Amino acid sequence: MSSREPARNMSIIVTKGTLDWAYPPFILATTAAAMGLDVTMFFTFYGLGLLKKDLDLQISTLGNPAMAMPMMGMHVVMPNIISAIPGVDAMASSMMKNLIKKKGVASIEELRQAAVESDVNMIACQMTMDLFEFKKEDLIDGLTIGGAATYIETATKCDINLYI
Amino acid sequence: MADQVLDAKGLNCPLPILRTKKAIKEMNVGDVLTVHATDPGAVKDFEAFCRTTGNELLESTSAGGEYHFRIKRKQ
Repeated sequence: MSSREPARNMSIIVTKGTLDWAYPPFILATTAAAMGLDVTMFFTFYGLGLLKKDLDLQISTLGNPAMAMPMMGMHVVMPNIISAIPGVDAMASSMMKNLIKKKGVASIEELRQAAVESDVNMIACQMTMDLFEFKKEDLIDGLTIGGAATYIETATKCDINLYI
Repeated sequence: MADQVLDAKGLNCPLPILRTKKAIKEMNVGDVLTVHATDPGAVKDFEAFCRTTGNELLESTSAGGEYHFRIKRKQ
Protein backbone atom coordinates (compact mmCIF):
# COMPACT_ATOMS: atom_id res chain seq x y z
CA MET A 1 0.00 0.00 0.00
CA SER A 2 1.38 3.39 -0.94
CA SER A 3 0.74 6.32 1.34
CA ARG A 4 -0.63 8.66 -1.31
CA GLU A 5 -4.21 9.91 -1.08
CA PRO A 6 -6.73 7.38 -2.42
CA ALA A 7 -8.62 8.24 -5.59
CA ARG A 8 -11.89 10.07 -5.06
CA ASN A 9 -13.24 10.27 -8.62
CA MET A 10 -13.66 7.77 -11.43
CA SER A 11 -14.98 7.91 -14.95
CA ILE A 12 -15.88 5.09 -17.33
CA ILE A 13 -16.47 5.31 -21.08
CA VAL A 14 -19.09 2.69 -21.93
CA THR A 15 -18.98 1.65 -25.60
CA LYS A 16 -20.57 -1.79 -25.73
CA GLY A 17 -24.19 -2.79 -25.35
CA THR A 18 -24.41 -6.57 -25.15
CA LEU A 19 -25.47 -8.34 -21.95
CA ASP A 20 -21.97 -9.61 -21.14
CA TRP A 21 -20.24 -6.29 -21.86
CA ALA A 22 -22.81 -4.38 -19.82
CA TYR A 23 -21.57 -5.95 -16.59
CA PRO A 24 -18.04 -4.56 -16.09
CA PRO A 25 -18.99 -0.87 -16.29
CA PHE A 26 -22.05 -1.19 -14.05
CA ILE A 27 -20.29 -3.41 -11.50
CA LEU A 28 -17.30 -1.08 -11.25
CA ALA A 29 -19.41 2.09 -11.18
CA THR A 30 -21.76 0.89 -8.43
CA THR A 31 -18.94 -0.55 -6.35
CA ALA A 32 -16.84 2.60 -6.64
CA ALA A 33 -19.87 4.69 -5.63
CA ALA A 34 -20.43 2.37 -2.63
CA MET A 35 -16.79 2.93 -1.67
CA GLY A 36 -17.31 6.67 -1.63
CA LEU A 37 -16.03 7.75 -5.05
CA ASP A 38 -17.79 10.21 -7.33
CA VAL A 39 -18.47 8.29 -10.53
CA THR A 40 -19.27 9.43 -14.06
CA MET A 41 -20.29 7.08 -16.88
CA PHE A 42 -20.18 8.28 -20.50
CA PHE A 43 -22.39 6.14 -22.76
CA THR A 44 -21.41 6.24 -26.40
CA PHE A 45 -21.98 4.12 -29.53
CA TYR A 46 -23.47 0.73 -28.61
CA GLY A 47 -23.12 1.54 -24.93
CA LEU A 48 -25.90 4.13 -25.32
CA GLY A 49 -28.43 1.29 -25.66
CA LEU A 50 -27.82 0.45 -21.98
CA LEU A 51 -29.71 3.65 -21.09
CA LYS A 52 -32.94 2.65 -22.83
CA LYS A 53 -35.95 2.53 -20.50
CA ASP A 54 -36.70 -1.05 -21.44
CA LEU A 55 -33.71 -3.32 -21.70
CA ASP A 56 -33.71 -6.65 -23.47
CA LEU A 57 -30.01 -7.35 -23.64
CA GLN A 58 -28.55 -10.19 -25.68
CA ILE A 59 -25.11 -11.69 -26.04
CA SER A 60 -23.41 -12.46 -29.31
CA THR A 61 -21.37 -15.60 -29.83
CA LEU A 62 -19.64 -13.81 -32.71
CA GLY A 63 -16.34 -12.25 -31.68
CA ASN A 64 -16.39 -14.02 -28.31
CA PRO A 65 -13.90 -16.77 -29.16
CA ALA A 66 -13.12 -17.55 -25.52
CA MET A 67 -16.76 -17.87 -24.46
CA ALA A 68 -17.32 -21.19 -22.74
CA MET A 69 -20.66 -21.96 -21.14
CA PRO A 70 -20.97 -24.49 -18.34
CA MET A 71 -23.15 -27.34 -19.54
CA MET A 72 -23.70 -30.71 -17.88
CA GLY A 73 -20.59 -30.37 -15.75
CA MET A 74 -18.35 -29.36 -18.66
CA HIS A 75 -17.47 -26.16 -20.45
CA VAL A 76 -18.71 -25.94 -24.00
CA VAL A 77 -17.03 -23.40 -26.23
CA MET A 78 -19.14 -21.46 -28.69
CA PRO A 79 -17.30 -21.32 -32.03
CA ASN A 80 -17.83 -18.06 -33.93
CA ILE A 81 -19.37 -19.88 -36.86
CA ILE A 82 -22.44 -21.00 -34.90
CA SER A 83 -23.59 -17.40 -34.58
CA ALA A 84 -24.64 -17.72 -38.23
CA ILE A 85 -27.28 -20.27 -37.21
CA PRO A 86 -30.63 -18.56 -36.54
CA GLY A 87 -31.60 -18.69 -32.89
CA VAL A 88 -28.15 -19.48 -31.51
CA ASP A 89 -27.55 -16.02 -30.02
CA ALA A 90 -31.05 -16.06 -28.50
CA MET A 91 -30.34 -19.47 -27.00
CA ALA A 92 -26.95 -18.39 -25.65
CA SER A 93 -28.57 -15.25 -24.21
CA SER A 94 -31.24 -17.18 -22.36
CA MET A 95 -28.62 -19.63 -21.05
CA MET A 96 -26.62 -16.67 -19.75
CA LYS A 97 -29.69 -15.13 -18.12
CA ASN A 98 -30.48 -18.44 -16.40
CA LEU A 99 -26.92 -18.67 -15.09
CA ILE A 100 -27.09 -15.09 -13.84
CA LYS A 101 -30.23 -15.86 -11.85
CA LYS A 102 -28.96 -19.18 -10.55
CA LYS A 103 -25.62 -17.77 -9.35
CA GLY A 104 -27.05 -14.78 -7.50
CA VAL A 105 -25.54 -12.30 -9.97
CA ALA A 106 -27.40 -8.99 -10.20
CA SER A 107 -29.37 -8.18 -13.33
CA ILE A 108 -28.22 -5.19 -15.37
CA GLU A 109 -31.52 -3.48 -14.54
CA GLU A 110 -30.75 -3.91 -10.82
CA LEU A 111 -27.20 -2.59 -11.17
CA ARG A 112 -28.35 0.36 -13.26
CA GLN A 113 -30.96 1.20 -10.63
CA ALA A 114 -28.25 0.99 -7.95
CA ALA A 115 -26.10 3.36 -10.02
CA VAL A 116 -28.97 5.85 -10.27
CA GLU A 117 -29.66 5.61 -6.52
CA SER A 118 -26.02 6.19 -5.65
CA ASP A 119 -25.88 9.37 -7.74
CA VAL A 120 -23.62 8.07 -10.49
CA ASN A 121 -23.48 10.83 -13.08
CA MET A 122 -24.55 9.37 -16.44
CA ILE A 123 -23.79 11.20 -19.67
CA ALA A 124 -25.57 10.13 -22.87
CA CYS A 125 -23.59 10.92 -26.00
CA GLN A 126 -25.53 13.44 -28.12
CA MET A 127 -23.81 12.40 -31.34
CA THR A 128 -24.74 8.75 -30.82
CA MET A 129 -28.33 9.77 -30.13
CA ASP A 130 -28.42 11.58 -33.48
CA LEU A 131 -26.58 8.79 -35.30
CA PHE A 132 -28.80 5.93 -34.11
CA GLU A 133 -31.95 8.06 -33.80
CA PHE A 134 -32.55 7.79 -30.08
CA LYS A 135 -34.93 10.30 -28.53
CA LYS A 136 -34.48 11.64 -25.01
CA GLU A 137 -37.77 10.01 -24.01
CA ASP A 138 -36.45 6.57 -25.07
CA LEU A 139 -33.85 6.82 -22.32
CA ILE A 140 -34.08 6.73 -18.52
CA ASP A 141 -34.56 10.00 -16.63
CA GLY A 142 -31.84 11.95 -14.88
CA LEU A 143 -29.21 11.79 -17.63
CA THR A 144 -26.87 14.52 -18.70
CA ILE A 145 -26.76 14.81 -22.48
CA GLY A 146 -23.41 15.90 -23.79
CA GLY A 147 -20.50 15.26 -26.06
CA ALA A 148 -16.80 14.54 -25.98
CA ALA A 149 -15.92 17.88 -24.39
CA THR A 150 -18.39 17.26 -21.55
CA TYR A 151 -16.72 13.93 -20.87
CA ILE A 152 -13.16 15.26 -21.17
CA GLU A 153 -13.88 18.05 -18.70
CA THR A 154 -14.98 15.38 -16.20
CA ALA A 155 -12.02 13.15 -17.01
CA THR A 156 -9.53 15.93 -16.26
CA LYS A 157 -10.87 15.94 -12.69
CA CYS A 158 -10.82 12.15 -12.26
CA ASP A 159 -8.07 10.01 -10.76
CA ILE A 160 -9.29 6.89 -12.57
CA ASN A 161 -10.49 6.89 -16.18
CA LEU A 162 -11.56 3.60 -17.75
CA TYR A 163 -12.61 2.64 -21.26
CA ILE A 164 -14.81 -0.42 -21.66
CA MET B 1 -30.93 2.69 14.82
CA ALA B 2 -28.91 0.01 16.62
CA ASP B 3 -26.77 -2.88 15.46
CA GLN B 4 -28.02 -4.69 12.38
CA VAL B 5 -27.66 -8.04 10.61
CA LEU B 6 -27.58 -8.19 6.79
CA ASP B 7 -28.27 -11.47 5.04
CA ALA B 8 -26.26 -11.44 1.79
CA LYS B 9 -26.18 -15.21 1.39
CA GLY B 10 -26.51 -16.44 -2.19
CA LEU B 11 -25.60 -13.05 -3.62
CA ASN B 12 -22.63 -12.59 -5.91
CA CYS B 13 -20.24 -9.69 -6.50
CA PRO B 14 -20.89 -6.78 -6.19
CA LEU B 15 -24.26 -7.20 -4.43
CA PRO B 16 -22.96 -7.96 -0.90
CA ILE B 17 -20.91 -4.73 -0.96
CA LEU B 18 -23.76 -2.67 -2.44
CA ARG B 19 -26.25 -3.95 0.16
CA THR B 20 -23.69 -3.35 2.92
CA LYS B 21 -23.17 0.24 1.84
CA LYS B 22 -26.94 0.80 1.80
CA ALA B 23 -27.31 -0.68 5.30
CA ILE B 24 -24.41 1.29 6.78
CA LYS B 25 -25.84 4.54 5.42
CA GLU B 26 -28.96 4.00 7.54
CA MET B 27 -26.97 3.33 10.73
CA ASN B 28 -25.45 5.67 13.29
CA VAL B 29 -21.72 6.17 13.73
CA GLY B 30 -20.52 3.52 16.18
CA ASP B 31 -23.22 0.96 15.25
CA VAL B 32 -22.09 -2.48 14.12
CA LEU B 33 -23.36 -4.27 11.01
CA THR B 34 -22.99 -8.05 10.79
CA VAL B 35 -23.03 -9.38 7.21
CA HIS B 36 -23.62 -13.04 6.35
CA ALA B 37 -22.35 -14.00 2.88
CA THR B 38 -21.56 -17.08 0.83
CA ASP B 39 -19.42 -15.45 -1.89
CA PRO B 40 -15.78 -16.49 -1.24
CA GLY B 41 -14.62 -13.29 -2.99
CA ALA B 42 -16.31 -11.29 -0.26
CA VAL B 43 -13.41 -11.91 2.14
CA LYS B 44 -10.94 -9.78 0.17
CA ASP B 45 -13.68 -7.39 -0.93
CA PHE B 46 -14.86 -6.54 2.58
CA GLU B 47 -11.26 -5.87 3.65
CA ALA B 48 -10.81 -3.52 0.68
CA PHE B 49 -14.21 -1.90 1.22
CA CYS B 50 -13.43 -1.13 4.86
CA ARG B 51 -9.89 0.16 4.15
CA THR B 52 -11.22 2.51 1.47
CA THR B 53 -14.32 3.78 3.26
CA GLY B 54 -12.70 4.08 6.69
CA ASN B 55 -15.23 1.79 8.38
CA GLU B 56 -13.72 -0.70 10.79
CA LEU B 57 -13.73 -4.42 10.04
CA LEU B 58 -13.95 -5.78 13.58
CA GLU B 59 -14.10 -9.43 12.61
CA SER B 60 -13.99 -11.68 9.55
CA THR B 61 -14.76 -15.35 10.09
CA SER B 62 -15.74 -18.32 7.95
CA ALA B 63 -17.36 -21.65 8.75
CA GLY B 64 -19.26 -24.19 6.68
CA GLY B 65 -19.21 -22.16 3.47
CA GLU B 66 -20.47 -19.03 5.18
CA TYR B 67 -18.55 -15.82 5.76
CA HIS B 68 -19.41 -13.43 8.56
CA PHE B 69 -18.16 -9.86 8.75
CA ARG B 70 -18.67 -7.39 11.59
CA ILE B 71 -18.27 -3.79 10.46
CA LYS B 72 -18.36 -0.73 12.70
CA ARG B 73 -19.56 2.50 11.11
CA LYS B 74 -16.83 5.08 11.70
CA GLN B 75 -17.99 8.18 9.85
